Amino acid sequence: MAAVATRPRRSNTRIAGGLILSALALLAVCAASILLGSRTINLAALAQTDLTVILDMRVPRTVLGLLAGAALAVSGTLLQGVARNPLADPGIMGINAGAAVAVVTGILVLGRQATGASVWLAFLGAGAAIAAVYTTASFGREGATPVKLALAGVVVTAVCSSVTSAIVLADADALEELRVWQVGALAGRYWPVVLQVGPYVLVGLVAAMFLARPLNLLALGDALAISLGQHVRRNRTITFVVVAVLCGAATAACGPIAFLGLMVPHLVRLVTGPDYRWILAYSFVLGPLVLLLCDIVGRLVSAPGELQVGVVLGVVGAPVFITIVRLRRGVEL
Amino acid sequence: MFRLERRARTRRALAVTAALAVGAVCAFVVSMMLGSYVLGPGEVLRSVLGLSSDPADDFVVRELRLPRAATAVLVGLALGAAGSVFQRVLRNPLAAPDIIGISAGASTATVAGLVLFGAGGLGLSVAGLAGALATAAAVYLLAWRGGIADYRFVLVGVGVAVLLESVTGYLVSRAEISDARAAMTWLVGSVGMAGGGEIAGLAAGCAVVIPVLMALSRRLGVLELGAEGARGLGLRPQAETAVQLGCAVVLVALATAAAGPIAFVALMAGPIAGRLLGPAGDRVLASALVGSIIVQAADLVAQHVLPYPISTGIVTGLVGAPYIAWLLIRTDRQGVGA
Amino acid sequence: MSEHSLEVAGLTLGYDGADIVSGLSTDIPAGAITAIIGANASGKSTLLRGLSRLLAPRAGQVLLDGVPVHGMRSGDLARLLGLLPQSPVAPSSITVGDLVGRGRYPHQGWFRSWTPADDAAVDEALEATGTADLVSRRVADLSGGQRQRVWIAMALAQDTDILLLDEPTTFLDVNYQIEVLDLLVDLNRDRGKTIVMVLHELSLACRYADHLIAMKDGRIVTEGAPGEVVTAATVEEVFSLRCDVIADPRSGTPLVIPLGRHRLRSARE
Repeated sequence: MAAVATRPRRSNTRIAGGLILSALALLAVCAASILLGSRTINLAALAQTDLTVILDMRVPRTVLGLLAGAALAVSGTLLQGVARNPLADPGIMGINAGAAVAVVTGILVLGRQATGASVWLAFLGAGAAIAAVYTTASFGREGATPVKLALAGVVVTAVCSSVTSAIVLADADALEELRVWQVGALAGRYWPVVLQVGPYVLVGLVAAMFLARPLNLLALGDALAISLGQHVRRNRTITFVVVAVLCGAATAACGPIAFLGLMVPHLVRLVTGPDYRWILAYSFVLGPLVLLLCDIVGRLVSAPGELQVGVVLGVVGAPVFITIVRLRRGVEL
Repeated sequence: MFRLERRARTRRALAVTAALAVGAVCAFVVSMMLGSYVLGPGEVLRSVLGLSSDPADDFVVRELRLPRAATAVLVGLALGAAGSVFQRVLRNPLAAPDIIGISAGASTATVAGLVLFGAGGLGLSVAGLAGALATAAAVYLLAWRGGIADYRFVLVGVGVAVLLESVTGYLVSRAEISDARAAMTWLVGSVGMAGGGEIAGLAAGCAVVIPVLMALSRRLGVLELGAEGARGLGLRPQAETAVQLGCAVVLVALATAAAGPIAFVALMAGPIAGRLLGPAGDRVLASALVGSIIVQAADLVAQHVLPYPISTGIVTGLVGAPYIAWLLIRTDRQGVGA
Repeated sequence: MSEHSLEVAGLTLGYDGADIVSGLSTDIPAGAITAIIGANASGKSTLLRGLSRLLAPRAGQVLLDGVPVHGMRSGDLARLLGLLPQSPVAPSSITVGDLVGRGRYPHQGWFRSWTPADDAAVDEALEATGTADLVSRRVADLSGGQRQRVWIAMALAQDTDILLLDEPTTFLDVNYQIEVLDLLVDLNRDRGKTIVMVLHELSLACRYADHLIAMKDGRIVTEGAPGEVVTAATVEEVFSLRCDVIADPRSGTPLVIPLGRHRLRSARE
């Protein structure tokens, strides 16, 4: 048929090329993440202490950056797609607030020895929060419409942060734990944490790959998606479960890292256009890339101390995000 | 036909607004009756109006309880009016100062003043005021691109909020524990923190800005039709947007400087007032009154329900949020309000 | 010719409150064009939503080849029955080719994503709707008529025997309305598709449909071939409109001439 020749295959090659370049850049950033820091490693003269630093600190930190970056960026993409809302983000959807409330409640009930359990508590809290958001938004005739999801997210965030505030103002230990925890960081999490959350992130990422096609159809609106044979409700629910696993795991390991999930999908769409297969593929790569870059910046700017990656991401990411918003004519999905 | 309906609407609006005003006054009086030393409504009124002869009552009412009660009223009025204006101008039910960075700006400035410069009292309030105004100006300028589009304003605001929140979090994590605690207390927001200067400033702001917004509210109805519709009806939408948002920002900044970022009031007041009023009526005044009732009621709960008093902001988040959830569940196709 | 039968048996539909369609039964003729007509709020769009299982029945059933559609697996049904809603939303910056390609979803498995068969179906859909040269344009940049043809192309790429359309001509200029309806007739003639559409424009419905279903208050007032059912009396009953019905001089189908209060040369006798 004549039309085959006119289909834009060319742009697909370009998008794929960009993906490969990004992957190469990610490799370079991983190497930098292992070598740079308050103690710069010289590969030519590798001392025993260097090896310890690399294996016990830098490598787990980098692996965690890969996992958390991919998890947050992918879950942001999934949320924006399923909520058809460019504002949807793990932070706005109540996940960070849910995790925080679980962490401080743990300290309040169990005392300081709960610190070791905060990974699991955060995981639990994040899951509960997103479940609450989804159920609240699902009531009523139309089910979980985009507007209701966004509002429900704000509601759950408000309740959780109120409880968190009430607890930390009453309990000094909880305040101490929260103020350290609430600035997300990759530092100080060693192999045990990576191994605790890694499997969940991997499972979540694999599941996310299967959601690209349903999201492409959901973008056409519920009526057409149903007409094209989608189980709209079921796929929404699955997407939310995947998001809960990914975000819960990342937040449990690093603390709340705002913004990555909001920013990366917007960045990616500039390159890929609206096809979620590409958007997700790029998010896999760009999420870790951005997160690790910010982490490296945080190590270098205030050496010998460190600036947590959550702070760097806010300060560096916000201008980037605002620029993207200004560049685009419409930010609707 | 329409005339009859309009009359019915006006009557409903008057009745609702009057009822809200009565409710706000009642809450005001009740909040000054309660405490470790319970007073009757007559004693409270006499003392507030300067007719009381009992110096003990006078001291309790005028020195101890009046500042807190007045702050609650004023903060509620300011946040309620401003919130409804934000939501309608930006045509987004999420466009509250809590979400689009204005509260975050006040918070960052205040926490920085507290942690870095050891400021206190009025100095902190000035920092909060400056932070809120500067942030609003920054969001406006960053969102400006040959005009203000509502979605762009909201998205830029969210971006700025994230930036500021991460800075605040960093400051709190680096602070001494006592400063951190003070910062957390401020960040939650409470009407018990305001001093005379803040209250006077807020009162003056409300007295000037709320009537202006009421006078402008008919134009707000036109602005809601979107930029093109508004231009078609003879309004200069960009200038109008700037004026309306500017007024609302001043209210929010003053309220936040006085009581910290009390969550959710600005988000809730507008939709509740809209629901009470139905399709017509002056939503600015009604929203302001609803806001004032919310803050006063929340503060009553915060002060008296638990064995020890908690911050007002905790209650507004805990009680307000479920209310919005209920609205969500009941809403049919469109979502809340805007 | 489409061999699939679509049958409505005692169907009751509604949203939150009262029933909108109540106890409705009819057979949709296979391989024909059926138009559902009726005044606003007569339940015609609701009926279409019921047919396409967007709305679950409160009572009764929609039977496709004798099987209730609400019990069928979504994917299976989507290969037999397609729906074009009234105002579908396209993701911003999507191209025509990509949009039409999304219609292939029901034919793709989890792992086998894009096959030559999909390519062929998309090309055919583009060709049939005359949109082949728009393939790399962005949907947002098209004119109203072009956009509607692209949406129909998407529904065609879905390659179902039965196609349901909710007011496919609304908001279109009159030349585009004719263009879209002609296209639907082509699809019916050349590919034997069963087409069911809600139409606003009565005379166009008479000309283009083989079978009319006239609805009022959630019930069928009358149904049948346009020449048989469209009379001044039925139009008055269904639309509360006094009119003359004459034969269209070019097609012979009924032409509805509304009688207003002004500008008539002579009163009806």
